[in-house]
Amino acid sequence: IQADGTDGNCVTFVLHDEDHTLGNSLRYMVMKNPDVEFCGYCITHPSESKINFRIQTRGALPAVEPFRKGLNDLMGVCQHVLSTFERSVKEFRAQK
Amino acid sequence: RGADEMRDRVVLGEFGVRNVHTTDFPGNYPGYEDAWDQRRFEEAFRVDVIREEEDTLEFDMVGIDAAIANAFRRILLAEVPTMAVEKVFVYNNTSIVQDEILAHRLGLIPIRADPRLFEYRNQGDQEGTEIDTLQFQLKIKCKRNPQAAKESSDPDELYFNHKVYSKHMTWVPLGNQTDLFPDADFRPVHDDILIALLRPGQEIDVLMHCVKGIGKDHAKFSPVATASYRLLPDITLLQPIEDEAAETLQKCFSPGVIEIQNINGKKVARVANARLDTFSREVFRHEGLKNLVRLARVRNHYIFSVESTGILPPDVLVSEAIKILMGKCQRFLNELDSVPME
Repeated sequence: IQADGTDGNCVTFVLHDEDHTLGNSLRYMVMKNPDVEFCGYCITHPSESKINFRIQTRGALPAVEPFRKGLNDLMGVCQHVLSTFERSVKEFRAQK
Repeated sequence: RGADEMRDRVVLGEFGVRNVHTTDFPGNYPGYEDAWDQRRFEEAFRVDVIREEEDTLEFDMVGIDAAIANAFRRILLAEVPTMAVEKVFVYNNTSIVQDEILAHRLGLIPIRADPRLFEYRNQGDQEGTEIDTLQFQLKIKCKRNPQAAKESSDPDELYFNHKVYSKHMTWVPLGNQTDLFPDADFRPVHDDILIALLRPGQEIDVLMHCVKGIGKDHAKFSPVATASYRLLPDITLLQPIEDEAAETLQKCFSPGVIEIQNINGKKVARVANARLDTFSREVFRHEGLKNLVRLARVRNHYIFSVESTGILPPDVLVSEAIKILMGKCQRFLNELDSVPME
């Protein structure tokens, strides 16, 4: 990652080797955070696989915090989805 | 109630689709608790498996957002690794199929080998070690059949081995692979894929190296025939519809969606099973009916359909895709913690 910003509250992260797969899902998780005023991502050029991910927080919270929280929340979602899915498949096979 | 519709439903109007984007972010709706709450998500989320066959899996994911469902779909298509033929060493090819065409066809054949047992090949490594390469050999020669009848023109009778199938590919263990995989049986998923046609005197003698790769690199590495999702349809009748109008309404939708009941001698239409509908919007072509029905989709109910090429069973593919998304997040978390941000 690289970070770039005038002050700690609005930062643009450049994520390498990523595309809409992580960009859109991470944007959704960061937007769900009430401290975030603005969050968006864009793909600089379709030939290069890197995204510009911008977070602006209201108040004095440094922008790295919602980024970290978004990643952790996304991990939590995936964990729960995985366990629910495996449990459903097992139940489906058991009752067949 | 209008706010509820905007939040939960994607509405199909006559000339366009409304409420497409997710809007339930904190601050947009006064009186709604929209901030991320893991517990609330876990209570509302569920997965129902509808149908499971050998290579197809149809399941519902309820309570998740489009961004994450799409991420799973994209990963299933492009980032779950498999093994496929990458390098073809041609020792002898006197058939009519050119070397590069033959190599291209061999690359597209799905190989039954669990990619989790292998590593990625290091960049620039030409030889390949036993932990990242599977070797296959295809050695076949076409001969004339001396016992064939004089006037027959059937190639099956006249020649031996004139059709080269994928079952003629044999696994050649490298190094200690016989010890690492004692009861493994590495072969193509299907035995009856036609690779080339030969005539007497032509032969093919090639050695193939299979490596681990992902669909983003080349589509031959994609483990799914296809993976797609659609949203659950939601059809509401705004007013009771009777008699002839009910009959017309039933014909506007896919069979089984609308059923007609006999109440007090009159035929009344009722939505029986909206899930079956394919939303051809035929109802908007009838002036009398188009304002009495609301076509919508439930925004957070996804009907996934995953069809595997046979390398891994589809439920394993979905689990791997979810683990890959977790791996991506973990990679950035590790980078955040290790590199100091200035």
